[in-house]
Amino acid sequence: MSIIRGRKLSYEYQRLDEEGNPESTIRAVDGVDLDVQEGDFVAILGHNGSGKSTLAKHINAILVPTEGTLYVDGKDTRDESQIWEIRQTAGMVFQNPDNQIIGTIVDEDVGFGPENMGMPSEAIWKRVEESLKAVGMWEYRAHSPNKLSGGQKQRVAIAGVVAMRPKCIVLDEPTAMLDPNGRKEVVRTVQELNRKEHVTVLLITHYMEEVIEADKVIVMDQGKVVMQGTPKEIFSHVEELKARRLDVPQATLVAYELQKKGLPLPDGILSMAELADELEKLRGQRG
Amino acid sequence: MLRDMTLGQYYPANSVIHRLDPRVKLAGTLVFIISLFAFRSAEAYVAATLALVAVIRISKVPPKFMMRGLKSIIMLLMITVVFNLFLIRGTVVVRIWKLTITKEGIETAVFMAIRLIYLIVGSSIMTLTTTPNNLTDGLEKALRPLNKIRVPVHDIAMMMSIALRFIPILMEETDKIMKAQMARGADFESGNLIQRAKNMVPLLVPLFISAFRRANDLAMAMEARGYRGGEGRTKMKPLVYAHRDRMAYLVMLAYLLVMFGANRIGFAARIFGLS
Ligand SMILES: Nc1ncnc2c1ncn2[C@@H]1O[C@H](COP(=O)(O)OP(=O)(O)OP(=O)(O)O)[C@@H](O)[C@H]1O
Ligand SMILES: [Mg+2]
Repeated sequence: MSIIRGRKLSYEYQRLDEEGNPESTIRAVDGVDLDVQEGDFVAILGHNGSGKSTLAKHINAILVPTEGTLYVDGKDTRDESQIWEIRQTAGMVFQNPDNQIIGTIVDEDVGFGPENMGMPSEAIWKRVEESLKAVGMWEYRAHSPNKLSGGQKQRVAIAGVVAMRPKCIVLDEPTAMLDPNGRKEVVRTVQELNRKEHVTVLLITHYMEEVIEADKVIVMDQGKVVMQGTPKEIFSHVEELKARRLDVPQATLVAYELQKKGLPLPDGILSMAELADELEKLRGQRG
Repeated sequence: MLRDMTLGQYYPANSVIHRLDPRVKLAGTLVFIISLFAFRSAEAYVAATLALVAVIRISKVPPKFMMRGLKSIIMLLMITVVFNLFLIRGTVVVRIWKLTITKEGIETAVFMAIRLIYLIVGSSIMTLTTTPNNLTDGLEKALRPLNKIRVPVHDIAMMMSIALRFIPILMEETDKIMKAQMARGADFESGNLIQRAKNMVPLLVPLFISAFRRANDLAMAMEARGYRGGEGRTKMKPLVYAHRDRMAYLVMLAYLLVMFGANRIGFAARIFGLS
């Protein structure tokens, strides 16, 4: 069963002039059909302004479609009476860690979601412990978030979402403001949640290393979903990705350039190890 | 250093006073302040002094931290003393040109100075032994009855704790922007007041823009985590009175009775001309 199901989903931002009258509209998401299976790790790619964030905010019912429908775990996001259940089902992690941590102490921040759900205190403590341990931040429970590194802050933010036991987590460029180490930390945490706890993950990112291990990749351009498939399938179309101003993984690029020079390498090579293997095979055939 | 702002003046130590419920500490501070105004005899002030010293000792906060709060009121203190000293009429003790110092003046000045100092020291005990967050929680719960007259107690408390979280972040940002502008030749230090205010504009504009963006982001993050105001919300660390808190209330009551008694003795002594 798809946990997220969108049909012809469109969203328009109204741009208002000085008197507050609608001046123009921007169609940020345009007729998107979206299906995400429970337990999947889905990466969403797209150039700046392609509508990724707008789409992500729909899954948490922060925005509701102007046209079309979106069902999260069978619940219509337009139905106001279900909004809190939807937000509990689909958690959201944002780009800037400083602007999404509410508590002045790590454990208090992680408890914020369960507090809003009206859980009894002992149950909240249990959830806080579980989620902080799941992201490897339990030792920092009594710290002030201001004293943590970017990667640690982002893991606290993830724990804050995990504490609500969502079936699905949407992460909107969670690593964009982090250094390479912080990025690795966060991505590893997310992958672990997906593998061990079977949480469905939607990861929006500009970093190709984070895409390679996804089950499915969705490419957006100008509000539309333009490509969908496994990482291998998607990165077999280097030309098209380039035309959409997207990066490809380093190994894919090298393989592509070698192909153009006439080496008979297969499409969709994702990692350096894979590339080395293929080159080794070629050498075997020739020599 | 800026990052420690969140903790206010909190002085971490392991004492009973630190562990008391913030509501108790709020009530205690209030009781102490009221007692200073209600009972004004020398005997009562002796009792208040003893109580204050005892609480400071129990709190394990070094007295020099208590004195820090006094620095900010030193001007006020001096003005109070000078005015009382010279303006109160009565039996003249010293006469300097046209100014007179009276016996009553000296008494009032000393009394006012002591009262002011006690007020500040008394309330710094509370802020030194309670984290701001804890204090906010205590205020929220203590003021909850005001909900009935439509005071949005929860929202005010939430705003206070968010402010506590963001003040250090914004301070750091101010610092960063200031350095960036200074690197481009901006000058925040010289010139007269108006000049300096003008120079602050390029600092404040980006700061406000950033603060609004942060507020917007934060509101969205809170909503995404199911925040819908205080209704139906539970607490991870609820405030529950323990045995020691009940005892503390009893101590407060005892203090009030002692003060009352001391005050009576003082009055009686004066009426019968014993002092
Ligand atoms: N609050 C808003 N008001 C008006 N227009 C907006 C608003 N937010 C986004 N847009 C517009 O909607 C379009 C899609 O924006 P969106 O933020 O969804 O893109 P994105 O793919 O997340 O981009 P990025 O990679 O930069 O995060 C853009 O043209 C943007 O200018
Ligand atoms: Mg975005």
